[in-house]
Amino acid sequence: MIGEVFSSGTILIIATICAALSGLPMIVPRVPAVTGQVVSIVLMLIAALAGIGAAITVLVTGRAELFVIPWTLPFDNCVLGVDPLSAWFLLPIFLIPGCAALYARTYWHARHNPANVRKMTFFFGLLTGAMSAVVLARDSISFLFAWEIMATAAYFLVSTEDQKKEVKEAGTLYMITTHIGTLGLFALFPLLNLYTGSWLFPAAASLNASSPIATALFLTALFGFGMKAGIMPLHIWLPSAHASAPSHVSAAMSGVILKVGIYGLVRTLTFFHGVPLWWGCFVLLLGVVSGVVGVAFAIGQHDLKRLLAYHSIENIGIIFMGIGVALVGQTTGSSAMMMLGMAGALLHVLNHATFKALLFLGAGSVIHASGTREIDQLGGVARRLPYTALLFGVGAVAICGLPPLNGFISEFLIYLGFFRGVQGTGIAAAATALAAPALAMVGGLAVACFVKVYGIVFLGVPRSEEHAGGHEATWQMLMPMTLLAMLCAVIGLAPGLLEGALQQASMTAMPAILQKGVQPLAALVPLPLLTIMGITLLMLLALLYFWYRYRLTTSPVGETVTWGCGYQRPLARMQYSASSFAQMLTGLFAFVLKPQAHRPRIAGIFPRRTSFQSHVPESLLELVYIPALERFYERFIPIRKLQNGILQQYVLYYLITLIVLFLSDNF
Amino acid sequence: MTNILIHLLLAIFMPPLLLGVIGKTKAAFAGRIGAPFLQPYYDIFRLLRKGTVFSTTTTWIFRAGPIVSLATTAVAALLIPFGAHPAPISFQGDMILYAYLFALGRFFTMAAALDTGSSFEGMGSAREATYSCLAEPTLFFALITLSRLSGSYSLSAMLIKVSSSIWLEAGAALILLVGGMFIVLLVENCRIPFDDPNTHLELTMIHEVMVLDHSGPAFGLIQYGASLKLFVLGAFFVHLALPYATGTPSVDWLLFIISMLELAVIIGTVESVMARLRLVRIPQLLVAATILAAFSTLLVIR
Repeated sequence: MIGEVFSSGTILIIATICAALSGLPMIVPRVPAVTGQVVSIVLMLIAALAGIGAAITVLVTGRAELFVIPWTLPFDNCVLGVDPLSAWFLLPIFLIPGCAALYARTYWHARHNPANVRKMTFFFGLLTGAMSAVVLARDSISFLFAWEIMATAAYFLVSTEDQKKEVKEAGTLYMITTHIGTLGLFALFPLLNLYTGSWLFPAAASLNASSPIATALFLTALFGFGMKAGIMPLHIWLPSAHASAPSHVSAAMSGVILKVGIYGLVRTLTFFHGVPLWWGCFVLLLGVVSGVVGVAFAIGQHDLKRLLAYHSIENIGIIFMGIGVALVGQTTGSSAMMMLGMAGALLHVLNHATFKALLFLGAGSVIHASGTREIDQLGGVARRLPYTALLFGVGAVAICGLPPLNGFISEFLIYLGFFRGVQGTGIAAAATALAAPALAMVGGLAVACFVKVYGIVFLGVPRSEEHAGGHEATWQMLMPMTLLAMLCAVIGLAPGLLEGALQQASMTAMPAILQKGVQPLAALVPLPLLTIMGITLLMLLALLYFWYRYRLTTSPVGETVTWGCGYQRPLARMQYSASSFAQMLTGLFAFVLKPQAHRPRIAGIFPRRTSFQSHVPESLLELVYIPALERFYERFIPIRKLQNGILQQYVLYYLITLIVLFLSDNF
Repeated sequence: MTNILIHLLLAIFMPPLLLGVIGKTKAAFAGRIGAPFLQPYYDIFRLLRKGTVFSTTTTWIFRAGPIVSLATTAVAALLIPFGAHPAPISFQGDMILYAYLFALGRFFTMAAALDTGSSFEGMGSAREATYSCLAEPTLFFALITLSRLSGSYSLSAMLIKVSSSIWLEAGAALILLVGGMFIVLLVENCRIPFDDPNTHLELTMIHEVMVLDHSGPAFGLIQYGASLKLFVLGAFFVHLALPYATGTPSVDWLLFIISMLELAVIIGTVESVMARLRLVRIPQLLVAATILAAFSTLLVIR
C-alpha cells in the first residue's frame, strides 16, 4: 500500500503541490487550451483523491506529524505539520475544488471562454494548493506566505470576467478588504513572537489567556480571520465577490476559503488556556448577529448568487455560535459544552462546504441554462432541468438545517451545547439561553428564504420565455452535484460514521477537553437514534407515497389550470415574485436592511403605464463604510503624495526603511 | 408496551375529534346544534375516496407537500409524551428534532403552494413563512426554560416534570410560558385570531389558501395532518397548563384525554368570542409571545 511507503503527511504535501501546479499546462501558450484544461482537471482530481484519502487516514489514526524544512530566511525554520484539526479542514479543501474543477469542464469550457480560461484554471489550482498549505503551516512565516498566495489567487478568480465593470469593482473591493484583514495578521504574528519569542506556533494550551497581550492576540485574530470568514460586520466584500465570480469559483470560495478563516481562528484559540468568559460571549454574540442579520439580508436579495452569498454569512454565524459555546464551556469548565460546541462548529464547517458548494453549482447550472441570475426573471426551471432541481432541492433542505440531512446534525450538536450551558449559572447561562432562540430564528428565516428561492426559480411557470432554461446540465456538471448531495444525505442519516473523526478533531481544536476528562461524543449525543429517526421518517414517507400513488391509479385524475379564484386566464407575470414573497420579512427587518423602493405615482382614472422597483442594498457598506472612508480619504490627501506610482521611488522607500531599521537596531 | 400501543392509537385516531369538539363548541356559542362530533372523520374519509384534479403547472413537489407534512407530524407525535406517560421514543435533544420536523413539513407545504404559480397561494406561503419565523423563538425559549427547570434534555423528561409542585416553585415563569405557548399553538394551527380555517375569502387566509389547489386524497391527508398537528402541539401545551397526574396509568390516560378535550373547548371558546386580527397586527402579537417566553427564561435563569 502507498500508505506504508509514504506517511499521510508526505502524501498531503505532494497533493498540495500537485493541486497548486495543476494549472501549469494552461499558462504554456503552446498547449491548446482544451487539452490543458483536461490535463489540469485530471491533476486536480488526483490531488483531491490523494488529499482526502490522507486526511481521512490522519483522522482515523489521530496521528500528528511535523516536517521541519530549513530555509535561509532570517526567521525560524519552515515547519509544516498535520494533525486531526488540519486534516478535518483538509476534507473540504480537497473535496470542493475537486468537484468544482470537474464541473468547470463544461461550465467554463475552454472553447467558449478563450479569453480567461487559462488564467482561471491556473489560479484555481494555485488557490487550492495555497489553502492546503495554510492549514499545514506550523510557523507564522510560511502561514503568511500561503495566506497571501491564497488571497491573491482568489482575487484573480473573482475578477475572471474583468471586462465587466461590476466584476472589476467586486474584485477591487475584495482585494482591499482581504489586505486589511492581512494587516490584522501582520499584527497578530509579531505579537505572538513577542509573547513566545519564536516564529513557530506555540504548543497547544501553552499561553495564558488572561494577560493583556493575549487579549490583543485574540482581537487581532478575530479581526484578521473574521474578515476572511466574512463575519458581520466584516462581511462587506463577500456578497459582491461571490456573485461576480464564476459559479464553481463561488462554490470553492464560499465552501472553503471562508473556512480557512475559521481554521485560523480555531488554531489561534488552541494556543490558550484559561480563556476569560467574555471571549466566548463575544464570539457567541458575533455569531448571533451574523446569523440573524445575514439571513435577513439574504431574504431581501433578487440575485440568486448574492442571496447564496448572504447565506454564507449566516452559516459562518452558526459556526461562530458553536465556537462561542465551546469557549464559554472552557471558562465554566464544562467538558460537554466544549465537546458539543466544537464538534458542532467543525461539523458545520464540513456540512456548509458540501451544501453550499452544491447550491452554488446548482445555481451555476441554472445560470448556464437560462442566462440570468435575476430570481424574478426565472421560474419553472424544474421542468427543463429536473435533475438540477432535485439536487438543488436537497441542498436547500440541508442548508435550512432540516432533518434528515446533514445541516440538522451540526445544528443539533450546537443546540445541545446551548442546552448544556443553560444548566450553568450567571452570564454563561444567560448567554447560551438567549443564543438558542436566536439560532431557532435563523433556522426559520432560512426556511423562508429557501422556500422563496426554490419556489420562485424552480417551480411555477417561466416568467419570461428567454430565460426559461434551455437544457439540463451535462454529466460533468451533474456528477459533482450528485456526489455532494449524497454526502449531505449520508452525513444526515448516518452521522455516526463521522463520530470518531469529529471527536479527534474537536479534541485537537479544544485541548482543554483533555484536561477536564473527556466525555466521549457518543455519551453526549445519541447519534444512532438520529439515524433511526431519519430512517423512520423516510419509511413513513415511502409508505404514504406508495399509498398515494395507488390511490391516484384507482381514482379519477383530471388536469386543469391553477385555481385563480374564478379568473380563467392566469399569466406567468401574475405569479408571486421573490420580492413579494420577501416583502413582509424585509419589512420586519427594515431597521437593518434599509430596503429602498421606487414607488410610481398613480393618478387619474386611467393611470399611465408605470413601474415599481425595490431592492435591499448592502446597507453597511453603502451607509457606513463608504461615507466614513470618504471622510478619511479627504483627511489623508497630503500623505497620498508618497504613493505616486513611480516604481523607482518605491525601491527608495525600501532602502530608507532598511536603513532606519538597521540604525534603530544598532543604537 | 400497552402504553406505547395506547399512545399510537390515540395519536392515530383521536386528532379529528378535537376539530369536532371545537366545531361543536363554536356551534353552542352561536346557538346552533352544529355538526356531529365525528363530522371531521366523515370529511376526511370522503376526501380520501375522491378523485383528484391537478393544476398543469405543478410538479412532483406539489404531490410531495401533503405527504411530507403528514409524515413529519406523525414522527413528531412519537416524541411527545401524552399526559404522565413518557413518549415511545425519547432521547437527549429530541425537542430539537420535534421543532425541526415541523419546519421540514412547512418547507414542503410552502414549496407546494408556490408550485401552483398562483399568487394567492404565494401570498399564503409568504405569510406562513413570516409568522413561523416569529413563532420559532418562542418555542425555543419555552424549551430552554423547561430544560432548566427539569435539568434534563428530552421532551418526556422536561414535560412530565411539570407538576403542581413545580407550579408552586416557578409559577410566574410557567404562567408566562402558558401565555406565550398558547399564542404559538393558535398561530401554528391557524386558528382564530390569526387565521380562520372556515373563511371563504382567499385574500385573508394563511394555511387554507396555501392548500387551495389540493384535492381528493391529498387534501384528505392535509386535513388529517392539520388535526394531528393540533393534537401534537396541544399535547405539549396541556403539559404546561393542565399538568394532572395521579400515578395510576389508566387514570392518567383518561386525564390526558379529558385535558385534550378541555383544550379543544378552550380553543373553540376563543374562536367564538374573538374576531380575527388584522394581518399587520399578527407579527406584533407574535413578538409579544416571544417576549413573554423570554421573560420566563430569564426568571428561571437568574
